[in-house]
Amino acid sequence: MTFTDFIFFAFSALLLASAMGVITARNPVHSALFLVLSFFSCSALWLLLEAEFLAIALVLVYVGAVMVLFLFIVMMLDINLVQMREGFVRYLPVGVFFALCLVGIMIWVVGDFSAGVFEVPTLQQAVQHGADYSNTKALGRVIYTDYVLPFEIAAVILLVAIIAAIILTMRRREMTKYQTPSKQVMVKRNDRLRIVKMEATVEESE
Amino acid sequence: MTLDALNYIVALPEIFLLSMTCVVLVVDVSLRDAQRNASYVLAQLSLLGTFLLLLSGMTDARIYAFNDMFVQDGMADLLKLFVVAIVAVVFVYSRDYLKGRSIFKGEYYLLGLFATLGMMLMISSASLLMLYLGLELLSLCLYAMVALHRDNGNASEAAMKYFVLGAIASGMLLYGMSILYGLSGSLMLVDIAHAVTQTGSTDIGMVFALVFVLVALMFKLGAVPFHMWVPDVYQGSPTAVTVFLSTAPKLAGFAIIMRLLVEALGGLHTDWQQMLVILAVLSMAIGNIVAIAQANIKRMLAYSTISHVGFIILGILAASAEGYASAMFYTIAYALMSLGGFGIIMLLARSGFEADQLDDFKGLNQRSPWFAFMMLILMFSMAGVPPTLGFWAKLAVLKSIIHIDMVWLAGVAVFFSIIGVFYYLRIIKLMYFDKQQDNTPLQCSTDMQFVLSGNALLILALGLYPTSLMVLCVSVFT
Repeated sequence: MTFTDFIFFAFSALLLASAMGVITARNPVHSALFLVLSFFSCSALWLLLEAEFLAIALVLVYVGAVMVLFLFIVMMLDINLVQMREGFVRYLPVGVFFALCLVGIMIWVVGDFSAGVFEVPTLQQAVQHGADYSNTKALGRVIYTDYVLPFEIAAVILLVAIIAAIILTMRRREMTKYQTPSKQVMVKRNDRLRIVKMEATVEESE
Repeated sequence: MTLDALNYIVALPEIFLLSMTCVVLVVDVSLRDAQRNASYVLAQLSLLGTFLLLLSGMTDARIYAFNDMFVQDGMADLLKLFVVAIVAVVFVYSRDYLKGRSIFKGEYYLLGLFATLGMMLMISSASLLMLYLGLELLSLCLYAMVALHRDNGNASEAAMKYFVLGAIASGMLLYGMSILYGLSGSLMLVDIAHAVTQTGSTDIGMVFALVFVLVALMFKLGAVPFHMWVPDVYQGSPTAVTVFLSTAPKLAGFAIIMRLLVEALGGLHTDWQQMLVILAVLSMAIGNIVAIAQANIKRMLAYSTISHVGFIILGILAASAEGYASAMFYTIAYALMSLGGFGIIMLLARSGFEADQLDDFKGLNQRSPWFAFMMLILMFSMAGVPPTLGFWAKLAVLKSIIHIDMVWLAGVAVFFSIIGVFYYLRIIKLMYFDKQQDNTPLQCSTDMQFVLSGNALLILALGLYPTSLMVLCVSVFT
């Protein structure tokens, strides 16, 4: 085992463990933090593949921006953990049973991994580049040429996501009370104040 | 690399549609609620332009564009024409319905147009990447459209179910695709097909990937046992959205099955044939039997969809040019029938009344003999009674199955279709032989009445002269 192999296995193990942590952690904040860890270990794996631009983008965008925002939201939400876990124990045996069945079938089909089912000539180790190789340059060269259509469509998908998020959250509620400044400054004394003339009464003292 | 090397002219209809959708987006933002009709008209004009561009660009040759990521062939042309036309009709049907429920917003049309773009890209995809992006574009639009009626609990529930299950299916598809990529070393469908023929059908790794891909595709199409979402989503979403997601996306679903199973993994057809036999029989059985127990007509039509999907799968599993043509014929026929069926439900619906119970159809003949007759045609066609389009579609599929010596399977299909006839005829019985409970006159715009009548009469006309459509479908696969 070379040193790179060791790094690969170490970060893979970390990735798997933190991914498990995301779904098993009791506290949603811990889940989000585990997700940060899994993103981080994933970016380390990408660095091993010499995809340094993607690795840095993952850390900057996901760890730095998206997850921080996510943490804010999770902390602001009032999540009822007891309610969320309702029925967990009831469905656990069924879920575990089917998951085991699925894994069993997969192992049965693929069989002995040493038989090399997935070992085909194309599945080689990633190409090693020299020190002057720039991943950013390589990406930039193909993204607007060879992959221009997928790139544009990915942009369209993001646009759809924005539109969908806006229509699902922005609406005028009937019950909401809001102020209209233009109407407020137009208000006259007579609209608000009513002078009532009435006879003076004297309370009878006991 | 020059711009011409992209050969982008081939994708002109898609480029036009995308640009027009952006125009609709910008225009719609500046409109007041009373002027919302402008978005509708613009959306229809974009679809019309796309349709004309598609017509003018039709070709028999197979042309690649965007570095072999995008492909145009006979199947793509025909399916795209139907997708665009069907979406336009859906927009006509849904206008009154949306207005009656205060969800007449530009976003419905925007998402509809984006979904159309996604379907066109799915139909024309020549690489796993484009296929997945097209599918996600379509699905994202559909999730949002289902949830469009925000204050309706059922719609939100349906959207949530659809979203979660759809995400799982997308995950399955990606997993299968990643294995395919690992084994073949390419995202291009042509290269994958090449790799499959080299390793042969004995390669267990390829079959392993096939299972995941197949599960995802069948989920998106709604075949048993991946059908759980269909009835809930059809019932929960506003009918204007149900009609959208039960028609055009089925054509796109057929296209990606053809691209993935036949074009890329055609070498494994002995493997997927066996899997599809099980799915087809289960879909026809569950779909037809459970539909009988439904009191909600949207739910009933959802189960009927499942049974129709079973028939479409039957055509595909024949794995012959005849089978593919018959499956395509069936898909188009189904889309037209479903369009009309949900159209009638929207015709009966009015503000504050959904008309989604079977009882709402009681005595329709006394209220409107003409539309009762239209519904009669549609129901006969769904049941497969001659001389309607549905009969020829079923016949074509059964013929292709018999030609590969699976007579028993054809027998099973006929058996379940006969069970299915019951619940279609029940609606006809309700319309013609029961007393009406609801005396409100039908209220809907003239254009919808015209288009809906045209839709039903088209099914009758195509049933009388099925050759025209059949020849088109057959010519695509020869």
